[in-house]
Amino acid sequence: MNAKVETKAKPLKQAMSGAELFIEALKKENVEVVFGYPGGAVLPLYDALYRNPIRHILARHEQAAIHAAEGYARVSGKPGVVIATSGPGATNLVTGITDAMMDSLPLVVFTGQVATGVIGTDAFQEADVIGITMPITKHNYQVRDLNELPRIIREAFHIATTGRPGPVLIDIPKDIATTVTEPTFVTDVHLPGYQPNTTPNVLQIKKLAEAIAQAEKPLILAGAGVLHGKAAEELLAFAEETNIPVVNTLLGLGSFPADHPLFLGMGGMHGTYTANMAMYEADLLINIGARFDDRLTGNLQHFAPNAMVAHIDIDPAEIGKNVDTHIPIVADAKEALQKLLDLELTAPEANEWRLHLKQSQKEFPLWQSEEEEGISPQQLTKMIHDVTSGEAIVTTDVGQHQMWTAQYYGFSQPNRWVTSGGLGTMGFGFPAAIGAQIAHPDDTVVAIAGDAGFQMTLQELGLVAELKLPVKIIIYNNQALGMVRQWQEKFYEERYSQSLLPCQPDFVQLAGAYGIKGYSVSTEEEAEQVLKEALTSREPVLIDCRIKRKEKVYPMIAPGKGLHEMIGVRP
Amino acid sequence: MKRTVTVTVLNQSGVLNRITGLFTKRQFNIESITVGPTETEGISKMTVIVHVEDERVAEQVLKQLNKQVDVLKVTDITDQAVVSRELALIKVLTTPQTRAEINVIIEPFRATIIDVAKDSVTIQVVGNFEKIEAMIELLRPYGIKELSRTGQTALTRGSQKQVTDLKQYSILK
Repeated sequence: MNAKVETKAKPLKQAMSGAELFIEALKKENVEVVFGYPGGAVLPLYDALYRNPIRHILARHEQAAIHAAEGYARVSGKPGVVIATSGPGATNLVTGITDAMMDSLPLVVFTGQVATGVIGTDAFQEADVIGITMPITKHNYQVRDLNELPRIIREAFHIATTGRPGPVLIDIPKDIATTVTEPTFVTDVHLPGYQPNTTPNVLQIKKLAEAIAQAEKPLILAGAGVLHGKAAEELLAFAEETNIPVVNTLLGLGSFPADHPLFLGMGGMHGTYTANMAMYEADLLINIGARFDDRLTGNLQHFAPNAMVAHIDIDPAEIGKNVDTHIPIVADAKEALQKLLDLELTAPEANEWRLHLKQSQKEFPLWQSEEEEGISPQQLTKMIHDVTSGEAIVTTDVGQHQMWTAQYYGFSQPNRWVTSGGLGTMGFGFPAAIGAQIAHPDDTVVAIAGDAGFQMTLQELGLVAELKLPVKIIIYNNQALGMVRQWQEKFYEERYSQSLLPCQPDFVQLAGAYGIKGYSVSTEEEAEQVLKEALTSREPVLIDCRIKRKEKVYPMIAPGKGLHEMIGVRP
Repeated sequence: MKRTVTVTVLNQSGVLNRITGLFTKRQFNIESITVGPTETEGISKMTVIVHVEDERVAEQVLKQLNKQVDVLKVTDITDQAVVSRELALIKVLTTPQTRAEINVIIEPFRATIIDVAKDSVTIQVVGNFEKIEAMIELLRPYGIKELSRTGQTALTRGSQKQVTDLKQYSILK
């Protein structure tokens, strides 16, 4: 017999350094991967990481690390975890933190800080990260006492992932990470000032059900709140039961199947004519998890002027912020929709309305110009859709390529669409694709980028090559900041101030320098062939697509105009 | 419109910065802000006088404050019966002739002279905003050398008499 004898009782508490405690706390939060970049003030954390590994993704720039974490969070629903050093490391995160704040992505960001004793002395690599990030985080902490670290980390994950998700930052001075203590880990959170409400008010739900029964021109506007609330199924059931047409916001794409007969497309500045006119003409607008952003509403005076507005949002501050709301429902989208579905909903008599919208869809489809040689970016997007069966995870930056993707890719599943909506960050898409690929290693991940935006974070080719991540980079190359040029053409009498980029690297050679296979295509035939080959490979690939240089995104609501004043509605 | 908002906060480091930063970010205009500990240890109370355009902005002020993790409670007490007080220190130029006059002026305000110099006196006055404004106006002709005010702090009255038009900012409306 070789029965094991317990020789030592497990000590209740174990002495560990702040850095070890940090790793332990991450494990307790089930963190599988962290994105980061080392530096002086986080050396103790990285040393603990070396001895006690959690998968660490070494980006080539902190900004890319945080965008990757955003991509990871967006497609996995899990919090993205980021580590950066003090000073420049932390300030390089600012864009990503703001981006995550605007688009409600759950992040927990750790920054190193100079030692407690020298904080405030303008020490080497010191920056007031708490002050800098206060307005761009959901909450932030500076650790003053090591014994508080377990509680702070627990709270940070709780705050980042509950209610309206958002970024939370924890600033850890270097000496805190090296101090030794016997920590007490906590599991529950006590935050009297943070009690997000997820359950809808029954009376308001009834009121909405009554309004639905009486509506003649009802419309659902579904935003990213549906995705964060994992409520896509409920949304589909709700729309089908009531037979109410659906418009998506940019960030809400994928929350409702694009090929569904009730789907009218994306609303807003470059939304479909029918989606925008539906919002303009509706008599009942049911907003589920959208924040009535100005790019969606256009001029507020002309936004849904005839509609009774119902707004389901987990963040009470969003209700009534931009648009007067008649039926406010503070709740999680899933819970609110479930409560609605529990009622015997009377579908409105809206046949005429649906016919009218169908007619409008037929009469005003999205269109593209027939002028100019070269690849049509709209066709290219459709090809990417077809080759990937519409099932790829697609990421973009901001600008024309983003709008073409939103208009033409036709997302049919939730959490496959990763874009920088609120902040509109160039350079976001490529690193976000890396994060998405790490979350879903077996899925096809396509980073659609403009030639200008790609050049903002292209150093991450190094990371893709190192990890052999099969990310597909597709550059919509029009040798310009396309959207800026479009506005200059339209609103600044063709004065193309600093928006043309005639000098570019040879992207194929650039990819080659990293050992990544590159293609350059300049006709649609070539593009189709290369896409079929490249998108099915298990290697990273870069495709430089020479698109029509002057193609514009239409239709459009010009700045300051209302929903009903779209231009470029027809060829 | 002017709103008086009290904010009960956890006394964490940086909490004042958090609140004032929020006002800056959202372009809410603060007229005055006071902060101090409450009867409960670790909890402070701020009284903020804020100028807003309309009710929508007033509602946003409350909701945005409420979103802060360190904020426990936000109340707009503008339309409630309140007692509000502010303290002001006013250094007024004097000559032997005017000294007596000034004494007479400040007496009905129950203000006190707390420092006397050869050519000036410093007056301390406590009262609501209007009372302090009124006294400053009366003293201005004599020459105000320096003025320092604490900003208003306020409490709702123990019994709220016939407040019919109580403004409720609730999600239910």
